[in-house]
Amino acid sequence: MKQAWLCDAHVPMTSSRNLLPKTIALLILVPIFGSLGNVLLGKGMRGVGEIRDLSVPSLAVYLLKILSSGWIWLGIGSLLVFFVSYLLVLSWADYSYVMPVTAVGYVLAPLLAHLLLGEAVPGARWVGAAFIFLGVALVGRTPPSTTGQI
Amino acid sequence: MRTFLFLAIVVLSGTGGDIAVTHAMKQIGEVKNFAPRALLGVLGRVLQSGWMWLGIALMALAFFSLLALLSWAQVSFVVPATAANYVVGAVGAKFLLKERVSQARWAGLLLVAAGVALVCAAR
Repeated sequence: MKQAWLCDAHVPMTSSRNLLPKTIALLILVPIFGSLGNVLLGKGMRGVGEIRDLSVPSLAVYLLKILSSGWIWLGIGSLLVFFVSYLLVLSWADYSYVMPVTAVGYVLAPLLAHLLLGEAVPGARWVGAAFIFLGVALVGRTPPSTTGQI
Repeated sequence: MRTFLFLAIVVLSGTGGDIAVTHAMKQIGEVKNFAPRALLGVLGRVLQSGWMWLGIALMALAFFSLLALLSWAQVSFVVPATAANYVVGAVGAKFLLKERVSQARWAGLLLVAAGVALVCAAR
């Protein structure tokens, strides 16, 4: 199984026609778990309460609250799934192919925050998130190496 | 004001952590052999690299600053705003690492910067 991945890595997979089901599955998982992780961290930090006092004793209290929050651990778990899926898909698919897909997270995170946390999202913020998605997608489609052309 | 201070810490320490970890891994060399024993050897060299520890410390700082930021700011603001790291990363790569950044890439980064500015304005 692992050997097959190593062989695939030599063939750039930029054509959407020969996408493997595992690639599609991971490309869907990456932005969902990345965004969900941040939303869960936000949910957890709301439970911890606003961090105002930056003195060492109160930071220790905040840290204890953070580490005992189930939502925070769910968020960290979700970000771990994101990170492992991201590394896996990058081990056989081109970065320029993966990056625009993961950029979906910049729109997905506000959407999930709106749906799951009930955040009021102003219109200009949606437009800004869309700009960021397009910008990151454009950056991802440009040649990766700029220090020396092949 | 405090929001932008913490946002700056998240973005700068996150990008700094990426650069430090990249520097450490470039010194260690490309990982080509995925046999368990070879990977343990790589892990040993990773743990001895000062740059790697600096990178890990900066990434930890970025993570805890992000948590602090999320304790008072909305997720729908924080996540898009942290996209500023693309712009900071490209500027850092150009001036610190002397990488060339293509025009198409600057165009994309300009869109990202405009998006971040909109998100910050609509806070």
